[in-house]
Amino acid sequence: MSLDLQFLSHQIEYKLERKSIEYRKSIIKLIYMSKAGHTGGSLSCVDILNVLYNQVMNITPNNVSAIDRDHYIHSKGHSVEALYAVLMDLGFFSEDKMSTFEKYNSPFIGHPTRNVPGIEQNTGALGHGLSFSVGMALAAKMDRRNNKIFTIMGDGELTEGSIWEASASAAHYHLDNLVAIIDRNNLQITGKTEKVMNMEPLHEKFLAYGYAVRHVDGNDIGELISIFREIPFESGKPNLVIAHTIKGKGISFMEDNVAWHHRVPTDSEFLTAMQELEQAELSLECQ
Amino acid sequence: MSIKNSSLGETNLDVFAKTLMDLADHDRNILVTTSDSRGSGKITPFAEKFPEQIVEIGIAEQNLVGISAGLAAMGKKVFTVSPACFLTARALEQIKNDVAYSDHPVKVIGISAGVSYGALGTTHHSLHDFAALQAINNIDIVAPADNFETRKIIQLAVNHPRPIYIRFGKKAMPNLHDPSKKIEIGKAIQLTPKHKNYDLTFVAIGETVAEAFLASQKLDKEGIKVCCLSLHTLRPFDEAAIQEVVSNSLAVITVEEHSVNGGLGSRVASFLMQNDIFRPMLIVGIPDDHTVNGNQGEIFRHYGIDQQSLYLSALKLLHKGKRNDD
Ligand SMILES: Cc1ncc(C[n+]2csc(CCOP(=O)(O)OP(=O)(O)O)c2C)c(N)n1
Ligand SMILES: [Mg+2]
Repeated sequence: MSLDLQFLSHQIEYKLERKSIEYRKSIIKLIYMSKAGHTGGSLSCVDILNVLYNQVMNITPNNVSAIDRDHYIHSKGHSVEALYAVLMDLGFFSEDKMSTFEKYNSPFIGHPTRNVPGIEQNTGALGHGLSFSVGMALAAKMDRRNNKIFTIMGDGELTEGSIWEASASAAHYHLDNLVAIIDRNNLQITGKTEKVMNMEPLHEKFLAYGYAVRHVDGNDIGELISIFREIPFESGKPNLVIAHTIKGKGISFMEDNVAWHHRVPTDSEFLTAMQELEQAELSLECQ
Repeated sequence: MSIKNSSLGETNLDVFAKTLMDLADHDRNILVTTSDSRGSGKITPFAEKFPEQIVEIGIAEQNLVGISAGLAAMGKKVFTVSPACFLTARALEQIKNDVAYSDHPVKVIGISAGVSYGALGTTHHSLHDFAALQAINNIDIVAPADNFETRKIIQLAVNHPRPIYIRFGKKAMPNLHDPSKKIEIGKAIQLTPKHKNYDLTFVAIGETVAEAFLASQKLDKEGIKVCCLSLHTLRPFDEAAIQEVVSNSLAVITVEEHSVNGGLGSRVASFLMQNDIFRPMLIVGIPDDHTVNGNQGEIFRHYGIDQQSLYLSALKLLHKGKRNDD
């Protein structure tokens, strides 16, 4: 890479890292204000959403009706706060809308719905997003379009049989325009995913199903940017990214702590969390 | 008449979990199966006390119900505990074929039923479960109203010879019953004093019974004679009780935390029509609508399932009934 390009990519990373901190603040604020939400899983996947929406996918409020734009399906629908944070930043809706989150008659409910601008599919029951994405990817192939379909699933979600049914179809139809991402945070509601139901070896399982499989630190902006640049990983094969993340990432006392799947911060926890994020912002500036 | 002990009890969910703990202590054949749902099902203390009596399946409701049927076939008394929405939609075919059709007496426990999950939205609501299961042969359907009904029904379910579906919510419920009362699966309970004739009968099920009962008390104060039935069991359907009270009433209102299509109301209407009992009738429930967003209480008020709306609807229906008589 030339020095100029290197400088540019550092600039991009820096910009997105700042955004991730802003998104984390939005997530914490939203959950704290409305006294409801899925904290841990939103914090684990928000860096992936950040890179996808700001760097990888061509989805903007202005091109929603374009037939050749990319598509994103939030299969782990409970982590809707992360999606709201990113869509709000992209201008799909204004910040004041967020004050209606989970309130009477608001479209901003605890799972993604198409009543919210920028959201393409109603999710919340786990194990649906991949089949739906396979359908979209198949349609794009039929019409010889170049757009890509992205979806994020939870690692606990992988026990739903429908995911494996969809995986067979994805490979069968050679959907290299499909990008399935696993938020591999090793936790679900009850505890460690491997203690609840062992699904390892995941890498080999996905390979055997016919995916091109890649691993990435799902909380590292730079690594995420690089990995998505390589799509399609292998021509004719669906893409699968195992994004190794930390549930509750960014807030010390929430990190890798099963209690924060859907806990709401108390007043003092909220203040501490916001202070930690301010601190992260300061250290980023000093770099 | 007033709500017995005029006290607010616990959630039916808590009562369910505690009752199961007591029962499991005496019966090592009792098993709980869960789909990453022990926390939501308040089963964590059970799991800690009886680690040998819980089987975790992971987030895989179809697999959960299929495995539970297999366990039941081998003589286990299986309580399958998972959110009602996923159990009765995702795993409906397993309930139909592996449990009901094959006749394995699994106790399918639908937690956070109806609109208990409030603002989590339609994916998490179960407004279809009565309808879906009523169309499937050989599974009893129960929705207890309060802590007493929940405790008794869980106790009865352990050795219930048929597949059974029991659903409840997660809101603390007022105590509606005298705890010395007898209860049977398939027998409605009258909450109001017995009379020869009534102006109005409420037939309600599950967590809406409390709302109907409070509306009954309000109407009673105005000299309107109301019969309020807790029809905790939708199947077997208590034809005798419905026949008796509705025959002696001028009008009837059914109340349920379920779609107005295919639930309690349509079951009652179908029974009445086919037995020549014609009364002004109102089916209160969730209409065929994109369910409004809000918490359970807000959704109840929006669709007229709360006590005040039920009170007003009763007055309106009685007025209409009178006009028709003229
Ligand atoms: C079909 C279905 N079953 C159960 C649930 C309830 N549920 C919501 S989140 C969750 C745990 C998800 O764990 P994971 O997929 O690992 O997500 P993350 O750790 O990223 O939050 C469960 C069981 C659901 N939403 N859908
Ligand atoms: Mg997880």
